[in-house]
Amino acid sequence: MTPHPKAVLILTWGNPSRGDDALGPLCHDKLTAQKLKNVEILTDFQLQIEHCTDLENRKLVIFVDASVSAKTPFEFSKISALKDHSYNTHAVSPQALMAICETVNSSTLPECWLMEIRGYQFGLGKPLSTPAAANLEAAQQAIEDFIENKIPE
Amino acid sequence: MNLETAENPQKLKRIAIEPVTRVEGHGKVTLLQDENNQIKQARLHIAEFRGFEKFIQGRPYWELPVLVQRLCGICPVSHHLAAAKATDMLVGCEQLTPTAEKIRRLMHYGQTLQSHALHFFHLCSPDLLFGYDDDVRHRNIVGVIEDNPEIAKQGVLLRKYGQEVIRLTAGKRVHGTGAIPGGVNKSLNREEIAYLEKDISQILQWSQGAVELIKQIIEQQPDYHQSFASIESNMLSITGRNGELDIYDGDLKATDANGELIFNHVAATQYNDYLAEGIKNWSYMKFPFIKSIGAENGWYRVGPLARINNCEFINTPLAEEQRKLFRAFSPGKPVHSVLAYHWARLIELLYCAEAIEKLIQDPDIQGSELVNKGQMQATGIGILEAPRGTLFHHYEINDEGIVEKANLIVSTTNNNQAMNESIRQVAVQYLDGNELTEPLLNQVEVAIRAYDPCLSCATHAMGKMPLEIELVDIKGNTRNRLFKNSNGDFTRQPI
Repeated sequence: MTPHPKAVLILTWGNPSRGDDALGPLCHDKLTAQKLKNVEILTDFQLQIEHCTDLENRKLVIFVDASVSAKTPFEFSKISALKDHSYNTHAVSPQALMAICETVNSSTLPECWLMEIRGYQFGLGKPLSTPAAANLEAAQQAIEDFIENKIPE
Repeated sequence: MNLETAENPQKLKRIAIEPVTRVEGHGKVTLLQDENNQIKQARLHIAEFRGFEKFIQGRPYWELPVLVQRLCGICPVSHHLAAAKATDMLVGCEQLTPTAEKIRRLMHYGQTLQSHALHFFHLCSPDLLFGYDDDVRHRNIVGVIEDNPEIAKQGVLLRKYGQEVIRLTAGKRVHGTGAIPGGVNKSLNREEIAYLEKDISQILQWSQGAVELIKQIIEQQPDYHQSFASIESNMLSITGRNGELDIYDGDLKATDANGELIFNHVAATQYNDYLAEGIKNWSYMKFPFIKSIGAENGWYRVGPLARINNCEFINTPLAEEQRKLFRAFSPGKPVHSVLAYHWARLIELLYCAEAIEKLIQDPDIQGSELVNKGQMQATGIGILEAPRGTLFHHYEINDEGIVEKANLIVSTTNNNQAMNESIRQVAVQYLDGNELTEPLLNQVEVAIRAYDPCLSCATHAMGKMPLEIELVDIKGNTRNRLFKNSNGDFTRQPI
């Protein structure tokens, strides 16, 4: 197994044109600007099955999405592969993606965390809400702190 | 029997399937049953795209190919390319450079490949491999992974390959900017081509395997596949100028249920002369129809089934061989079976794999002439065949280049009446007179899924995927509730 040159993956998703659904992509933009070492940051509209190939040979993966039900400002938790049958649409849950990953990839599953940032409005053409923007700041800082403690220089 | 609108609906039991699962976005099916469990009304409701047209107004035309990708997280490339084609017209580009056209085609074949792979392997294979009445806790992608890991893996990697084609041609993984008014902003370099060449043989092999798999599934139950939710309809698609299958460019063609021509070689710019959109007071989504036939009988189907029926040939050898076998399934007539959508879709998967193989060997995709322009126009119309069917983008701009009017007819809207007709067939075939159960209700969803509808856009924040089926008696009292939990289990909650 060849380790991925960037041991940490931050995978964000959401639709930038749907109000607070943009929390994932905006978190991507903010973290990319920080030029974090050994960290690859990706964004997409939705979490999809083929993202399991992005998890391959990583040490740490952080999923980032907007949430309508997380506590304010965010919930950050370690997650495990779960055959949760959440695959009701084209979008897949991070836990189910990990389960798919175990079958498809040849490498060991990385340690995975889920950052759910609280959002409030998701209408097409809506801007990011003020409270969601504050939650985003807090989540970004938490991710940076977490990575700094997790990955030694 | 007309199941669109029941008489005295207030006296009937109402069952709602909401949301319809394993399709994109949120849809709802409502069924009305009388006291003998006879179905009296069946309707599919969809929260649709109409707000997007307003969203686009007031924006400069050159933003369109990028902006419209945000309409849908599932097929952003379709909107990207349809808008680009419309803006070609706005900037007076009558002919793309060979490089621009081939790069756009490559992007489109890549997205169609990935879309069809996802739909078949991950959304529909659970029904097709295990049967509609398999335990709901097993009848899903996780069940496929457990029982058929190789099939699941092929689905993932086929989709990944298509996404990589999109990334290289559009410049980015998402929000690509590859297609611009009058052309493209990049071609491929040798390194990128070598990257795509590396896996194309495997992709072709898996695509052939997928067609063989669907044929095996059909051969096991040919009568079921012929008759399930079967409706006869008109078919609409674009075809190439020589009658060939062409999903990127061509003219509009419509055929009737017997395969006879209704119209052919109709330019995209004339679509308004041949098609109209009807409305019904119970649906937010419009009901397009062929003007010359009228609203009642002029509805049609689009997508893989219509395309493979309407084209006279496919210009890639393996897919053409499969097209002939497909047409032989219904000698002398178009193939109307709803489940044949899957078969047609996989023939297109193979077609896209072959077309990609051919294009990545074409020196034009490394060319440097990327853009053509001419005299600005006020109207731009772009039509292409999205994975789910014919997609129309129509814009009117003012002298400052600002969009004043937009009209989008998306694939799923084109199939609106057809999906409603299909669920009514299921209602008559399987539900009439029966106590409703989850496997029976899944039959309704199986019919809808065959069309691969894209019911919404890309908002899927966590915690928003409930499924609730409610049974209401003739007095309007809720008698039973069926919940689908996030772990896939169903629980029945007596009232």
